[in-house]
Amino acid sequence: MSAPHASFAPGRRGFLLGLAATLALGNVRAAFAQLPGERRLVVVVLRGAMDGLHVVPPYGDPGLAALRAEHAMAEPGREGGALDLGGRFGLHPALAGLHAMYAANEALVLHAVAGPYRSRSHFEAQDLLESGATERLTSGWLNRALQALPNSGGARAGLAVGTGVPLLLRGPVPVGSYAPPGLARPSEELIHRIQALQAADPRLGPVFAEGMRARGFADQTIGGRDRAPDRFNFPRLAAAAARLLAEANGPRVAVLEIGGWDTHAAQAARIAGPLRALDDGLKEMKAGLGPHWARTAVLVVTEFGRTARFNGNQGTDHGTGGVAFLVGGAVAGGRVLADWPGLAGANLLENRDLQPTRDLRSLAKGLLRDHLRLPERAVAQAFPDSAAAAPQSGLLRA
Amino acid sequence: MSVRPFIAAIRFGLGPRLGEALPADPDAWLAAQIASPPPPPQGPSVAQMLLAREESQALNRAQAATPGGQRGPVIELVRAEALAWAERRLTTASPFHERWVDFWMNHFTASRRSGITAPLVGCMERDAIRAHLAGRFADMLWHVTLHPAMLTYLDNLGSIGPNSPAGQRARRGLNENLAREVLELHTLSPAGGYTQGDVQELAKILTGHSVVASGSNPGYIFRANAHEPGEKTLLGRRFGEGEGAAAQALAMLGTHAATYRHLAVKIARHFVADNPPAAAVRALETALRESNGSLPAAQRALVRLREAWEPPLSKFRTPQDHVLAACRATGAGAEQVVAGLAALGQTLWTAPQPNGWSDLAADWIGPEAMMRRVDWNYTLAGRLARVEPAAVAEAALGPLARAETVTEMRRAGAVRDALTLLFSSPEFAHR
Repeated sequence: MSAPHASFAPGRRGFLLGLAATLALGNVRAAFAQLPGERRLVVVVLRGAMDGLHVVPPYGDPGLAALRAEHAMAEPGREGGALDLGGRFGLHPALAGLHAMYAANEALVLHAVAGPYRSRSHFEAQDLLESGATERLTSGWLNRALQALPNSGGARAGLAVGTGVPLLLRGPVPVGSYAPPGLARPSEELIHRIQALQAADPRLGPVFAEGMRARGFADQTIGGRDRAPDRFNFPRLAAAAARLLAEANGPRVAVLEIGGWDTHAAQAARIAGPLRALDDGLKEMKAGLGPHWARTAVLVVTEFGRTARFNGNQGTDHGTGGVAFLVGGAVAGGRVLADWPGLAGANLLENRDLQPTRDLRSLAKGLLRDHLRLPERAVAQAFPDSAAAAPQSGLLRA
Repeated sequence: MSVRPFIAAIRFGLGPRLGEALPADPDAWLAAQIASPPPPPQGPSVAQMLLAREESQALNRAQAATPGGQRGPVIELVRAEALAWAERRLTTASPFHERWVDFWMNHFTASRRSGITAPLVGCMERDAIRAHLAGRFADMLWHVTLHPAMLTYLDNLGSIGPNSPAGQRARRGLNENLAREVLELHTLSPAGGYTQGDVQELAKILTGHSVVASGSNPGYIFRANAHEPGEKTLLGRRFGEGEGAAAQALAMLGTHAATYRHLAVKIARHFVADNPPAAAVRALETALRESNGSLPAAQRALVRLREAWEPPLSKFRTPQDHVLAACRATGAGAEQVVAGLAALGQTLWTAPQPNGWSDLAADWIGPEAMMRRVDWNYTLAGRLARVEPAAVAEAALGPLARAETVTEMRRAGAVRDALTLLFSSPEFAHR
């Protein structure tokens, strides 16, 4: 596959017009928008619902071992154990880069968070997460926030609204779209799911299996091998995005997406690849932004958490409360922000999910107000009917 | 919902369209498309295309030092033809009619791989195929055979009667290409029992039918001085000298019993099964013969075939079928269709040989071809505006969607993955 189109830079039409644009690579995608000033905001959407209890295990809570037994990650200090986040929470060892940022006070870990919705449907929850509302809207909260900015209205006419733009950046502010030439390739997990469907067809099934073998996939439906193209695509895309964000006249807002989190089976094996991709991507982002990292905040969110207990396939099902990360030189990091609800059975939501105690909208609103310095009406426009979720203070360095 | 409207839309049409109701009465829906087909679309004429081609060539000669391929107005026109083709198939209210057009375009393949033919293929669809779909096969045959796209594609420009003034002067002779393909592919087929002598005789009959590619009035021309003089004998029947003999010979071939049998097999293979049941072939053959080759009569016989309605869907979708069906089911645009055809190896009107694109699954089902199709599905799904996967599945397949596919789609972690699963399911792969 060719290199990401990092040359899509100032001077190209989309940016000259002050519009947003997207680029995509494999299962990951990025979209951009311009913004006056030097502060950068990146939102990374983890599609498929990352298991927060797995990635940030609350090893200080005795309920964790009770719920997850042998599936719980070893405590910090043990072999294959979590990286410590200060005594109560650990971090998955695949996120070593993020852990270094945490040690440098550049990463904030938020636990027991969720949006205001209680949907356990991926699609509905992703739409609500991106809409920033309790009902599905046709525009995303980030687009509506950008609407308030002075330079976003000048060049609306005449550009087709891109079809590759995530809902988060869709809306009245026109958004161009861009995709690299050639065909994207699905992740290995998706290929295996397709194989399972194709297997029912006596004519297509064997040929499809042969095609998979020729491309080097294992002929099995459950496998934990770390070969997903996202493993490499996401860091490359993040690097390209960082270069664009670093340009003097480049975009100031980017949205990236990465899938592979829907770990209904063999979770421990399957989650490692996406985590490493995310970690490498964040490192690329920091390196590529260079001095601009100091004015950057990266919000990493997923549509919901997963069940507190494991299912019968060494995986977890759709849950509620989960984890978000806020990373960047502008972030007041080095801590875990959590009103911890506890994992004892009675504290679980519906006796199955981590009880959410913090609204994702508060985080986003805090970033819009304190990082992008948007006026109050713009923040309100981004998140309608969100009075109950006050902007979170103290997310950023003074 | 009953399965019959879905079969009508998938098997006879181009796949259901998102947001469009399926026909309540599929038989009436098909009958209406047979009885009153839509008017042919507008498009550039042969003369306009050839003039644009000449202009482009002049431009290229002037800029010979500049690197880069062909440029100029003809490229734009050809691109516009492809987009118009796609747009029409995405939005038509008569998808059975459009599939019927494409079937005949493939039967009479004129490929854009041949330079001078490239800009003329769309003209052939309008002038020779669509214009004669309401009539008899023999008339279509005549107009296609003498259309500039076919005359150039199968080299009739270079076929000179050896005893004609031009042949005597230039010491040049026959080019049998067009005559051979008319007999082998377009009419009798080898089962019709013609000989090499018949090929040569038909080639002689066709001499002189040519194309002026440049000048102020480019297009079809009969060059009397290249026409082979004297009487010719084709399949035992004698044809006189001159321009009119081609029409007479083509009328004979176009109404031949072997031609009707050949066409019946091809129609049944396209609409019913790779190995069509003999009864279905017989019914189509009878309809053609008894109506003197009426194309609407063949269509009426086709939609009455019990075998054409029987689930499960057994015809493997060619890349063209697949791309159109996926784009219609999701509201994707003409650009996606044109790019999709290229990505999956079936660029519009570029069949590698005069026998056209294969209608057999075995020629399309290959390991890497299937992987590429999944890649394309995934690429398309990533470029779509927000659509509801369950709604797309319901629109595209209705009761034909298997429970396994619906379950996997529901469990997918992203809209894009769910749509990829749908388009990559075995039921979506068939029509």
